[in-house]
Amino acid sequence: MDIRLSGISHSYGQLEVMRDISLDIPAGKIVCIVGPSGCGKSTLLRFIGGLERPDKGEVLQMGEPPKGCLNPLTFVFQDFALLPWRSVRGNISLVLEDHGIRGSEARAIIDDVLARTKLSDFGAALPKQLSGGMKQRVAIARALAVKPAVMLMDEPLSALDSQTRELLMDDLINLWTRTPFTAVYVTHNLAEAVRLGHSIVVLSRRPGEIREIVHLDKPLTERSFGDPDLDVQQKHLWTLMRDEARAADAELINV
Amino acid sequence: MSEATPQKPSQSRPVDFRGGGFAPKSRRWVGLAAFIVLIGLAEIATRSGFITPLTLPKPSDVLATFVELYQSGLLWKHLFPSLSRLAVGATLGASAGIGVGILIGLFSYIRAGLVPLVAAIFPIPKIALLPLFVIWFGIDEGSKYALIAFGTFTPTVVATYGAVDNVDRTLIRMGQSFGLSWLSIVRKIVLPGAMPGILSGLRISLAIAIILLVAAEMLGAQYGIGAYILEAGSLYDLERLFVGVVILSVLGVTLSVVIGWIERRVLNWRT
Repeated sequence: MDIRLSGISHSYGQLEVMRDISLDIPAGKIVCIVGPSGCGKSTLLRFIGGLERPDKGEVLQMGEPPKGCLNPLTFVFQDFALLPWRSVRGNISLVLEDHGIRGSEARAIIDDVLARTKLSDFGAALPKQLSGGMKQRVAIARALAVKPAVMLMDEPLSALDSQTRELLMDDLINLWTRTPFTAVYVTHNLAEAVRLGHSIVVLSRRPGEIREIVHLDKPLTERSFGDPDLDVQQKHLWTLMRDEARAADAELINV
Repeated sequence: MSEATPQKPSQSRPVDFRGGGFAPKSRRWVGLAAFIVLIGLAEIATRSGFITPLTLPKPSDVLATFVELYQSGLLWKHLFPSLSRLAVGATLGASAGIGVGILIGLFSYIRAGLVPLVAAIFPIPKIALLPLFVIWFGIDEGSKYALIAFGTFTPTVVATYGAVDNVDRTLIRMGQSFGLSWLSIVRKIVLPGAMPGILSGLRISLAIAIILLVAAEMLGAQYGIGAYILEAGSLYDLERLFVGVVILSVLGVTLSVVIGWIERRVLNWRT
């Protein structure tokens, strides 16, 4: 299942935040969206996931989601969004219960996703007992449980420290290599974008427009920490963004 | 700082510690000790004649009166109707309050319509409405249930809709993004998320319920702690008055302990 954005524009009252964004998200690829703060990256992701509606333009699903897919467009949030009163298993079973999946069927799915995110030993733990990295792995396991057609990742690693971030990036690459998934990955961290993105969409500052789409051909498994090729790409992205980032930083917030 | 001049020991001193306090810790027996010291002081003062028996009864006499009440079997005769009134009235009021509070928290129209109404009812001393309740619900149990229920209703409503408002919106968005039904979001995200606020509201509501219980029993009740206190008060029998008051205090402490226990059981997920 592909996603197509066509001519998306949006404003909050007087404030125009997005102008004429058109973009194709092909199945089986990770598309990263980067841009200076306040350019509407996360808003764009909420449009794709149907949590908000754009003023103009539309988001289209091209083709049917694969069979067995419970929730085609599934989010992974920056702040994890785990229910603190449910255990790790309970948090995953939450999203299965509404599809009538209970008992042994649910147990099989939960065991599978916990194994894939290396959480098998922590099924009974409450979120308050987990570190930030583990919480985000639970959130990823929960997203995998509904067999999404497209994963919508909203700065998933931004609340974590840099070492945990490296570990989780490796985990994500492993997950993708074993079973390629489609993802839209919003981040302000260029290092994450060049590590995980098959293509990187650079947005301009408010009102957000597409400035450039960078395609990276190097396979995900061959990218690694401190890779010189990636550094070149990252520098290129930074030169594209630097002036805008500075201007965005100096702007008064009047939302 | 780059010069490596070794400091003489005479010039060094430990850094002052200034970080203590402002972190309440659990000190189990201090509460009990405070009670014992206070009662002990009262006993000594009344025995020595520093406080005359007319001002304050001897704590040991109060205890003796309580034992007498217990042995005569009258204790249960007074306590049982009081407890059942409290249970029925508070259950009615609190459950209606939680229900209405959740509706206010979830629906804008209900909020717009009911919040001003609740604000108008809240400051009315419910005791002032007792005659009205007697006309509406009769002189016997009905009016007592109604008074207690009405008194617990308003604080529960306010606490509940405040608690619903405070549920983390990102969790609700998460529920929506996974396609959970409206009912599932309310049942599995909003309600458990509002539980801490509802329970702390219940603490206040139940204390108000005890106050109103006594008020209700001062009118047209033959048995009950309130009737017992009223009778003792009109005879200026301070020992019996104090027995009644102490029973009420113990009732309050017991309810507070029970809620504390429920909080620890149900809210063990809190950090």
